[in-house]
Order: sequence, then structure tokens, then C-alpha cells
Amino acid sequence: MKIAYFQSVSSSRGYWLISAIAGAVTLAGLIGAHHMENAGHWVTGMSNQVVWGVPHVFAIFLIVAASGALNTASIASVFGRDDYKPLARLSALLAIALLCGGLAVLVLDLGRPDRLIVAMTHYNFKSIFAWNIFLYIGFMFIVGIYLWMMFEPRMNRFTAQVGIAAFTWRLVLTTGTGSIFGFLVAREAFDSAVMAPLFVVMSLSFGTALTLLIGMLIFWINGATMDPALVQKLRRLLGFFVIGVAYLVAVDHLTRLYVTGHHQLEQFILLEGGTYTFLFWGVQILLGTVVPAILLLLPRFGQHRYLIAAALLVVVGALAQVYVLIIGGQVFPLELFPGYAVTSTFYDGVIADYTPSLAELALGMGGLGLAVLVTLIGVRILPFVPVQMVGENQD
Amino acid sequence: MDMKDSSPASARRIFFSQASAGVALLALAPGVRLVDLALARAQDEPASATQRWGLLVDVDRCSSGCDACVSACDTEHGLDGNERPQTDAQWIRKVDLEDENTGRQLSLPLMCQHCEEPPCVDVCPTGASFRRADGIVLVDKHTCIGCRYCMMACPYKARSFIHEDLTGQKTHAPRGKGTVESCTLCVHRVDRDELPACVEACTDAGHEALVFGDINDRNDPLATQLAEVPSHELRADLKLNTAVRYRGL
Amino acid sequence: MIWSGLIEHWFKRRSRAMWTVVITVGLLGGVGLTGAFAEVSQPLFPSARGEQCVEPVDVMRRDHFEFLKHQRDKTVHKGIRTPRHSLVGCIDCHADKDTQGRFVPVNAKGQFCQSCHAYAAVKIDCFSCHAARPTERVSQSP
Repeated sequence: MKIAYFQSVSSSRGYWLISAIAGAVTLAGLIGAHHMENAGHWVTGMSNQVVWGVPHVFAIFLIVAASGALNTASIASVFGRDDYKPLARLSALLAIALLCGGLAVLVLDLGRPDRLIVAMTHYNFKSIFAWNIFLYIGFMFIVGIYLWMMFEPRMNRFTAQVGIAAFTWRLVLTTGTGSIFGFLVAREAFDSAVMAPLFVVMSLSFGTALTLLIGMLIFWINGATMDPALVQKLRRLLGFFVIGVAYLVAVDHLTRLYVTGHHQLEQFILLEGGTYTFLFWGVQILLGTVVPAILLLLPRFGQHRYLIAAALLVVVGALAQVYVLIIGGQVFPLELFPGYAVTSTFYDGVIADYTPSLAELALGMGGLGLAVLVTLIGVRILPFVPVQMVGENQD
Repeated sequence: MDMKDSSPASARRIFFSQASAGVALLALAPGVRLVDLALARAQDEPASATQRWGLLVDVDRCSSGCDACVSACDTEHGLDGNERPQTDAQWIRKVDLEDENTGRQLSLPLMCQHCEEPPCVDVCPTGASFRRADGIVLVDKHTCIGCRYCMMACPYKARSFIHEDLTGQKTHAPRGKGTVESCTLCVHRVDRDELPACVEACTDAGHEALVFGDINDRNDPLATQLAEVPSHELRADLKLNTAVRYRGL
Repeated sequence: MIWSGLIEHWFKRRSRAMWTVVITVGLLGGVGLTGAFAEVSQPLFPSARGEQCVEPVDVMRRDHFEFLKHQRDKTVHKGIRTPRHSLVGCIDCHADKDTQGRFVPVNAKGQFCQSCHAYAAVKIDCFSCHAARPTERVSQSP
């Protein structure tokens, strides 16, 4: 019988170095947010045409990845795969940390972040955004309880049940996040029922990639390596998740391509959109889907360095995907007068401009930095990291 | 202090255009009514669903070189702008159209459509975006957290976000950094039984392309025009039942 | 567990740190008792127009924000525009004029809103959106 032992990470030069980097990135994010709030959003690239920019790209990426990061723990608790148990605690910690990072970016970008209390006390329950506030906060609580079940030996017998609750909550949360866009009737690029399942599969892909990357980073700081058998399993899972995302993206675009009314939008994204077309085909599809799928699934590329490269490419492709989705979907003009060419002083009828500003990039990266920082603090305080497993029959 | 006698029994609400011409406008010219409105409300009574304020835009009368409505709105609400057209607020804008097949050109003003089922109200997380009982869609800027989700949701791109600190606001149009705003149908004027600034300006400019009134009141000139002449709403497929209608598109 | 440990610490192992805390608290308390901190200048601001405020002064001091908050909800959501508790009404009476006869913003230094709020150290948010000066056409008092 295999027993997993856990330890907390001890202080080392590598630990302080990575912490310092994460801290610096977080600080840069806070400075960017402060600048945006003080001067007003005119200092960013966001405008009345493109209202959600790079901060939201990072925030959505982090929130979706947070939900997916819990997947490793879910496989252990919900699907009874004991071989994933060693990573379960770290997986749950990552879920909380990534969600913290994503929410921090979202809140700091608000026009009135000082009114967070208003947002927590006034709810319009027809708004999916309002529901998401509950889903996000509730997720942190449920994962907190899940961790408690995992840490406290006397509560271990409840881990499976709480794990199922967390798994369900996570699916609802990701559906809600996808529906933020899916419910928007106004915009051709978003108004679609496929947004919710697309986001669920995206969460699996992004979350597993980040679990592998940040997990390997923490093991490296601790002077150890992850169990190769488990890494191999996660590797194959990531490969399939990446293909799953590509499938839903294909369905989304093919459906829209079938509808004559949406041809102009598809032409923009797929052919004539300049930056957006490059990001879609070059980064999201080629670098973010095809190359990682090859590196992750073909036995010829079994070495560790290919795994790291593939996971990094998945993250880059993920950011490109969210960028094309959110920003590409906004720069394309609304069609109010079918059959007419439109001009106005308010940028009707034209593709809107958007150039991200440094403050926005800093804020977005700051969210990632915060997530890494929270993870590092967590692994130092409590025993999240597994040591090599004891017992026979390693799969 | 009330601006006028508010006792309901003697409430005689008369809609005037402030045309300096002072010509007796007895005909059914848009924006003019010499009819008592028995259902008008006093300032200390709440707005009610008995009224539904609406606007009819006659595209044939709208002139492509003219932006009197836009200037009037900017002046009325202090929308000075900062020479940054991408981020400056615009509550109403003129849109120039050219038919791709026939080449026919037209021009029309576009503003918040004051939908009966507003998507912006549905998506606002705090309920700051709301629809008043008499149909005017507004933003409660005390509750707005500036998330801009309503701006994503609006099918007409009617809303603006305030991207910088403001000073010198008009007393009747409070607005500030970090909140979202859009055309209020000049709610401060409507509550005083005046016409929206754009409607007045259009009449003053001689085009009379904008008709404002109470859709629910069958005697109101707006309601009679809507009943007699075809008009349609923008993006009618979304079934939002807008209060702003266009004739001649 | 914690309290009994502290008490044990107090009686058995009186440390330098503990004495430092005790003496500091004692000094501060003593100084406080002498009323050395009591002399803070009261807020001064120009007096308002009109005979009296719409509510008694002590009621206003305690509850003015409640009046404003409820009034704003009534005005914004329901369109009820009675001037009694409206912010515009307050500013109409309480705004001062400078030597050239122009209105001074009520949130400027030494003016009505600002002086009490600085004294009480309560930040107000009204004037990031609301005009701090009446329109030049000042309305009649109720």
C-alpha cells in the first residue's frame, strides 16, 4: 500500500530568489493599478470601444486556470485515482492562489475599486457577474475545507465527499465564467452557448499546464523532482485537454462560418484581422495547440525539457486565445444597420484600436506574480509538497 | 423648493418648445403640445409606469451636416471632452449611413435606446444600471463600481465610461471618474415637464426630426405619430422593445 | 492556555519588555488624563444663507448623511425631487461667495463641508461627481 508523506518547503536560496521575483512582479502590478486608479483609465489602452483589455485577459486566464488547477485533486478524490493523491494538496493550494491572483486583477481594474463593499452588499441576481462573485468566494471556502479534510487525518474519510462538492462547484464556476461572455446577445463573437463548455475544457488545459509548471518550480526549489510516473500521466492528460479545447474552438468558428450573417466577423478573426489573425493562427493554434500536442503525446518527445516547453507554450497559447476572444470580440464593430456602411464620431462601423499600455501589462502580470507568491507562502507554512512515495507497486 | 405650483388639481402641464421664434404652433408640430396632461406627476411623487417616455427619430428630416442634438447634449450635461475621442464620453452621436447596394445616404442620431428589456440592466452586478418605472434607463452612479460589463452588453454601444477626474460638473448632471453613464433622456428636464435638450435643439435648428412624448398616452403627439406612420427599432431581432424608434430607415 | 501563560509570565518572569509596555501605557494614560490632547480647534466655516437649516442643528450633525443617502435613492430611482434633503439644496444655502462674488466650492479648504469632515477625519465622496457650487441662478429658500 502506498502512503504519501508531505513536507513543507524549507528556506533556501532558490526559494528566496523566486519569492523575490514574484514579489517584484506583484509590486509592479500594484504600481500599475495605482497609476490607473489615480489618473483614470485614459492612461490605459482601454477605451469606450474596447472596455476590457489586457488586465481582463490575465484575470480570466487566471480564474479559468484556478478552476482547472483543482483537477488533479479531483481526479484523486472524485475518481478514486490514488496515484494522483500526492499532488492533491498542492493542486488545491494552486487553485486558491490562482483565483486570488485573478480576482485581485479584476478588482484593481474596476473604475471604483473603493466600492468593493458595495459590490459585496448590493446584488442583482439576474447578472451572471453577481453570481460569479458568490461562486468565486464560495470556491475559496470549499477548497479551504477540502484542504482541511486532506490535512487533518481524522477528517480524511470525508475527503471524497468534499472533493465531489468542490468538483461540482468548480464546474458551475467555470460555466459561470464562460457565460459572462456567452450571455452577451450584443456581440457576435460571444453570444453562444458553446462559451460555457469551452471555458470548462479551457480550465482543464490551463490548469493542468500551470499545475505542472508551478509544481515543477516548487519541486526544483526544494531540490527534488516530481514522481515521473505521475508527471507522465499529467502530461498525457494535458495533451488531450489541449486537443479538447481545439475541438470546441473549431465548433465555435465552424458554426459561425456556416451563418452568412457572421461571415464578416469570421473573416476578420481568421483572415484580415492583422494582429488578431496572427494571434489566432500563429500563437493560439500553432504554438498553443499543435506544437504542444505533438510534444506532449508523441513518445519521441518524452524528455523533461519538452514537457516544460509544451506547458509554457500552452500558457502562451492560452493568453493568446483569451486575448483574441475578449479583445478581438470587442474591436469588431456592432452591426446596427445591416446593409449600410456606417461612420460616426463614436467609432461605429470601424475596427476599434487597442494597444495595451504598460500599466495594464504590469497589472496582469502582477496577478500571476501574486498567485505564485501565495503558493510560495503556502508551501512554506504547511506541508503541501509530497516526498517520494513509500511502498511497492509504483505504476 | 418646488419650481412651480404642484397641486395636482390645478396641474396644467403644457409642453412648449423654447423656440425663440414664438410663432403660435397650433399644428401638430413635433415637440409641441397645447393639451393638458391629466396624468402628469408632481415632483414629490414617484415616477410611475403610467407613463412611458419615448423618442421618435424622423430620419428623412435629419440633416447629415447638422449636429445640433449632439452639441445641445454636450452643453446640457457638461460633456466637455479632453480631445481624446476614444475615451471621451458621448451620450448621443450622429451616424452617417450609406446603403451598400443603392448608395442612398442618410444620417441619424444614436443614443441609449431605453429598452424595455435592457441587457445593460440584466448584467449589472450591483443593480446600478436600472430602468425607472416610466421607462428611462439610468445608471445609479452611487452604486456603480465601474466594471464596464454593461458597456459590453449594450447592443447599441450607447454607454461611456469616465476615464479621468472631472471638475466643473453641472448641478443637474453629476458625473465622475470610474463610473459609467449614458443618455438619460434628460431626466432632470423631463421631471420638470421640459423637453430633452436634443429635441429642443433639433426644433430650434428647424429640422424637427425628434419627437418626444409619452407612448402610453394615446393623445400624445408621439403616440399618435407612432400609431399612424411606420417606424422601427434598431436590432429588432433582439426583441428589446426600445423606447426610441426610427422612421425612414 | 494563552492567558494562564501570560499571567505566569507576569508573576514569575518580569521582563524588560514587559516593564517597557507598562510604563509607556502608564505615561500615555497619565498625560491623557491631564487633558493635554484635548485642545483641538473646532471647525470654522462661513455661515449659511437663510434663517435656519431644514432640520435642527443637532439632528443634522448626527444624521445628515442618512438624509442624503435616502434622498439620493428616492431621487435617482424614483424621480422624487423634493429639495428638503437634496444635496443641491444644501449647497445652495451653504456655499459661500468670494470677494469677487463668485461661489466657492463647498469642499474647498475652510468651507462648509470640508472643515467638519477634516476635523472628524471622514472622507467624503460626493464631489468627485457632484458640483460643489450652486448654479449661478440660486433658487429660493423653502
